[in-house]
Amino acid sequence: MLSIKNLHASVEEKNILNGLDLEIKPGEVHAIMGPNGAGKSTMGYVISGRDGYSVEQGAVSLDGKDLLALEAEDRAKAGLFMAFQYPVEIPGVSNLEFLKTAVDAQRLARGQEELSSREFLKMAREACEQVDLPVAFLKRGVNEGFSGGEKKRNEIMQMILLEPKLCILDESDSGLDIDALQVVANGVNSQRSENRSFVIITHYQRLLDYIKPDFVHVLSEGKIVKSGDASLARQLEDEGYAWLADENSSDEGLGA
Amino acid sequence: MSQQIEQVLNREYEAGFVSDIESDTFLPGLDDSVIQRISKMKNEPEWMLEWRLKAFHAWQKMEEPEWAHIEYPKIDFQAVSYYSAPKSMADKPQSLDEVDPELLATYEKLGIPLIEQQMLAGVAVDAVFDSVSVVTTFREKLWEAGVIFCPISEAIQKYPDLVKQYLGSVVPQKDNYYAALNCAVFTDGSFVYIPKGTRCPMELSTYFRINEQNTGQFERTLIIADEGSYVSYLEGCTAPQRDENQLHAAVVELVVMDKAEIKYSTVQNWYPGDENGKGGIYNFVTKRAICHTDAKVSWTQVETGSAITWKYPSCILKGDNSVGEFYSVALTRGMQQADTGTKMLHIGKNTRSTIISKGISAGRSNNSYRGLVRMNSGAQGARNFTQCDSLLIGDKCGAHTFPYIESKNPSAIVEHEATTSKVSDDQMFLCRQRGIDPEKAVSMIVNGFCKEVFKELPMEFAVEAGKLLEISLEGAVG
Repeated sequence: MLSIKNLHASVEEKNILNGLDLEIKPGEVHAIMGPNGAGKSTMGYVISGRDGYSVEQGAVSLDGKDLLALEAEDRAKAGLFMAFQYPVEIPGVSNLEFLKTAVDAQRLARGQEELSSREFLKMAREACEQVDLPVAFLKRGVNEGFSGGEKKRNEIMQMILLEPKLCILDESDSGLDIDALQVVANGVNSQRSENRSFVIITHYQRLLDYIKPDFVHVLSEGKIVKSGDASLARQLEDEGYAWLADENSSDEGLGA
Repeated sequence: MSQQIEQVLNREYEAGFVSDIESDTFLPGLDDSVIQRISKMKNEPEWMLEWRLKAFHAWQKMEEPEWAHIEYPKIDFQAVSYYSAPKSMADKPQSLDEVDPELLATYEKLGIPLIEQQMLAGVAVDAVFDSVSVVTTFREKLWEAGVIFCPISEAIQKYPDLVKQYLGSVVPQKDNYYAALNCAVFTDGSFVYIPKGTRCPMELSTYFRINEQNTGQFERTLIIADEGSYVSYLEGCTAPQRDENQLHAAVVELVVMDKAEIKYSTVQNWYPGDENGKGGIYNFVTKRAICHTDAKVSWTQVETGSAITWKYPSCILKGDNSVGEFYSVALTRGMQQADTGTKMLHIGKNTRSTIISKGISAGRSNNSYRGLVRMNSGAQGARNFTQCDSLLIGDKCGAHTFPYIESKNPSAIVEHEATTSKVSDDQMFLCRQRGIDPEKAVSMIVNGFCKEVFKELPMEFAVEAGKLLEISLEGAVG
């Protein structure tokens, strides 16, 4: 589904990604872990097409479509979704209006008709329930005055409504208490299907107790230095990242 | 991102077409004889001519104000033509059938059909083309309710007592430079009288269109809401795209008697000039309302056009418990300059005022809020709340706030809040990541910013205003 090949990217002339490779098949959940500054968030931004990141080499495709050739909004329409680490506020624009505009834009791109307000409201209410947000949140400005946990749940609600093929969750667990974490995890789990894949960027193994990954990758200095199954996450939690540096120092040199 | 926004802002001005209509236009120039000719064209009584000349002689001794945060070359008032009317209007058409179809087509093209069957139900329109009123719809229906809605030139002849009593009573002739000029040379505008205890059965509106080249438009509007009455009035303005600057100097006076209410909304979309500041309307406007006991006036304005906007719709809260409100959205782009705001003069006890101003600056434009809140010594228990927000799009524009607060009564309360924000890269990326095109994203963010003002507009026009902003921002992002 998602294929990343030898991706090199930089921000303000600083190399962040240095030959990243990743293959994700439909229905798989991949966790990306790694120390601060390893390039985890950059990876999300480069895939989703944020301005200010330049790709030096490599390829990224989603279902065979060359993502790097598309504008950010067209990547979204191709089925890419990113849940942000720090969701931004848009004062005065109601969540409902924002979501309907987004859903309609994506439906039109897929050759479907726009939804009626009534149909959409019904869907949005159900999505609110799934992430345990009061329906009143639909009328509030996008993220306006939301708590950290509410913002994260709001992101998951958007994911549920947009029905993407590939979801990137950028530290969706940061700043959450254990109850909120469960709500976010339940929201994600409810969306798991054989046609939908997830990339879960996280610092902590905690989230992976609730969302079981098929693969765990360690990103360091802009590329994947170790891959494994869910047990790798537990090992990292217990032992930190330093042992990886030792293990790799002989061949590539992680320089940790 | 700022580059994308620049692109969105390079939009077309949709009302920029010129109508091919034969006109009688005065040669440029201004002296006593020009004023005498205007008065004669309008078939005015002697007292009106004297009033005009008095204003003109006062104006000649006045200086052009320079305190506003705007820059423009000195206006040559002798290079302006002060009267222009379609030839076909000389015969004074008695009904719509007799009006030049080209004139009707012009308004239709602007989205304002004047044929009653096609009109928005419940909205009566006075259409002013250059210096004359072309047609006023639904007059008979309004007349049945006792409401007078007609061109002011007609009111001067038919209702001289009302005009004599109130014309210049809210904005004195010598109030300011442009008001004095308007008193001397005003040509048309609307006159409204709502009788005691009457709720006007429909929305009233006036559409001002400048068509002729090198012609100034000097509109004059007078609205009198008698005791306990209510009216909602809307004005719209457009002009063709021309390389020369054109002058629009208007005066609007509102008289709000005891327990009456006037809701006055403006959607101003005069030609703003091109990206480099060539052409566009110079819009110098004086609007003021006087509120008697328990009266209420509410000014709502959406200002997207004009090369220069100089405009401060104000409220004299003379009567006890009277209420003044000012809701404003001013969008500037390209090289536009706006210096706009309000004056709330609290005289009566327990008077209240609210000011919500939203300024949006893009391109290389400058957008200033200028507002005065004055609590006179007798304004016991008076209150004002002011909220003044600026939104910047790109990094070459300017937003400025000039609040003036004068309080002579210790029991009066004045609150002022101001914010400045930018359309951020994070907001844009959030929208785009969800599949929303950059243009739609900017207009959604800007509409959200203006929400508190748009909700004050009459329903039909709130939609129109939203669309207008959308068009104005077209090309602001690529």
